[in-house]
Amino acid sequence: MSVGVAPEQEPLIRLESISKLYGSGDAQVAALRNFSLRVAQGELLAVMGPSGSGKSTLMNILGCLDSPTSGRYWFAGEDVSRLSETQLAHVRNRRIGFVFQQFQLLPKLSAWRNVELPLLYRNASDRRSLAVHALETVGLGNRIEHRPTQLSGGQQQRVAIARALVTDPDLILADEPTGNLDTAASREVLAVLRDLNQGGRTVIVITHDPEVAPIARRTVHVRDGQLVQQKAA
Amino acid sequence: MSILQTIETGLRSLLGHRLRSVLTTLGILFGVAAVIATVGIGQASSDSVTARITSLGTNLLTVSPGSTVFGGVFGGGASANSLTMRDVAGLSDRQNAPDISAVAPVSQGRVSLVSTSSNWSTTLSGSTPDWLIANARSMSSGTFITSADVSTSAQVIVLGATTASNLGAGVGDLITVKQIPFQVIGILASTGSQGFGNQDDLAVVPLTTAQDELIGGVGTVQRILLSATSSANLGTAYAEANQILLQTHGITNPSQADFSITSQTQVLSTAQAVTQTLTILLASVAAISLLVGGIGVMNIMLVSVTERTSEIGLRKALGATPGDLFRQFVIEAGALTAVGGLLGVATGLAAGYIVPRTANIAVTITPAPIAIAVAVAVVVGLVFGVYPALRAARLAPIEALRAQ
Ligand SMILES: Nc1ncnc2c1ncn2[C@@H]1O[C@H](COP(=O)(O)OP(=O)(O)OP(=O)(O)O)[C@@H](O)[C@H]1O
Ligand SMILES: [Mg+2]
Repeated sequence: MSVGVAPEQEPLIRLESISKLYGSGDAQVAALRNFSLRVAQGELLAVMGPSGSGKSTLMNILGCLDSPTSGRYWFAGEDVSRLSETQLAHVRNRRIGFVFQQFQLLPKLSAWRNVELPLLYRNASDRRSLAVHALETVGLGNRIEHRPTQLSGGQQQRVAIARALVTDPDLILADEPTGNLDTAASREVLAVLRDLNQGGRTVIVITHDPEVAPIARRTVHVRDGQLVQQKAA
Repeated sequence: MSILQTIETGLRSLLGHRLRSVLTTLGILFGVAAVIATVGIGQASSDSVTARITSLGTNLLTVSPGSTVFGGVFGGGASANSLTMRDVAGLSDRQNAPDISAVAPVSQGRVSLVSTSSNWSTTLSGSTPDWLIANARSMSSGTFITSADVSTSAQVIVLGATTASNLGAGVGDLITVKQIPFQVIGILASTGSQGFGNQDDLAVVPLTTAQDELIGGVGTVQRILLSATSSANLGTAYAEANQILLQTHGITNPSQADFSITSQTQVLSTAQAVTQTLTILLASVAAISLLVGGIGVMNIMLVSVTERTSEIGLRKALGATPGDLFRQFVIEAGALTAVGGLLGVATGLAAGYIVPRTANIAVTITPAPIAIAVAVAVVVGLVFGVYPALRAARLAPIEALRAQ
């Protein structure tokens, strides 16, 4: 997509009446109810809401890690529900970078081997230099051979961010990237995310952290699986 | 993901989980090696029993005194002197026994042979020229005992190959038995048998010489060896011998016979049945060890796949296709089973080499158990390494990621 997208053009993300139900019978929980949302290319969107309101559920559906019970999801104009397993794998690999709340690094692999993982699934040739470059971007150029257990929480989270951006994706999804970090580490991580957005990527961040809101252009609030408020910055 | 890349990822993951990889490999290794070794031992004992019995001569009938079962009471060796030279003469009558080609009375005992260089104790048989035919033996050098030697009670001796080499004696040498000098007139050709009942460790002298001077029992014999004209005539030869002996012993009721006639085919079929049972037993032990090994492999594979469900979820989240995951797990399980299988075959073959040399147990390695053991190990390893991984790969990435 070109710079200067007109608002009526197809957004990067379009959710129409998404519902996600867990369990069945009396134990059934509606994690998302009739949820609709559009996110344009190049936005930095913050998602806020109380615990259990459905933020992670929303993020997992946006990242094609889970499928909704009903409703439609168009990613870059494509109806995700029509994609095969293999096509979904390609979307996750090429277009989306996911930063998990719990880091999700493989403990047996060094930092750069962890960052290299998504490149393995796209036959990139200069994987090591790409991984090292991504680690330098998040300020970890001097930790490339360290195992996750040898890194601090903030460093692990930055390795996870490096892994999300190494494939140069259109969309970066970060589920409470600062949830486990102290203030200083949080600032570093947020700075990295803002730089990525300024580099042209669409970034969606889930957060409880009020410091995130100011850097976001738009903040949405989720309550009981529903969108309650949209606030433009 | 390129196939080279998949192989690298798979092997890297095996190295990353060293203990798990080693345990799986060991499970396969011992399963395969146990099958090869146990079936090899069963095969070897079965072969050796069969070979030993066939080397005794298949046309052979042995007449022994007593040993009749009468009214449920085993006669045992009670009437030890029931066989005489009259019986031998009767059986040698070609008119009455046209299907018997050789009659060799035998009197046997354990003696010590002394040569100029050493001494050696062995089984000494007194017999007649027919001994050679009845036992289906041949000479490697010299001559066998002649009728003239028997009628003159000549002091001549024929040695088995093992006996001759242990005594360091050759044709023409003199050896002494109970202070009596004997001249070695021939050495028997080797049968290649070994250990207990070695057919190459024996000595033969004329029957009369043995009875007069070495073993005693003039006029009676311990056993009579008969040779049928062919193995097809073994049945009629048996009937003729039985008839003649009943007659010479004046017995009218065959169930009261004071002698028994056994054929090698009976012994052979009994022995074959025994070794077959033995082989089945060992094969069952092998099958159980393969099963136990297989269950071990299955457990480790299942545990490791469950353990790795969240890794599978993460790889999916990062863009692994179902095909990528399938290939990675096939390579991991395949590498483990291949290494385990090869080491198992090597260990089995090594056992087949070492055991006979240290424990005096023969092992015969045949290709079939190797192939079966390896095939079972590979199938178990692949099925339990790949199937649960595929199931995990079918979950939504987030479900797999949550599994802990
Ligand atoms: N796998 C699941 N099975 C059943 N219920 C689930 C599952 N995942 C989430 N839920 C339920 O769905 C609702 C939304 O969960 P979700 O994880 O999206 O909340 P959240 O907004 O991310 O909360 P938090 O801020 O605590 O992370 C919750 O009530 C939760 O109990
Ligand atoms: Mg959450």
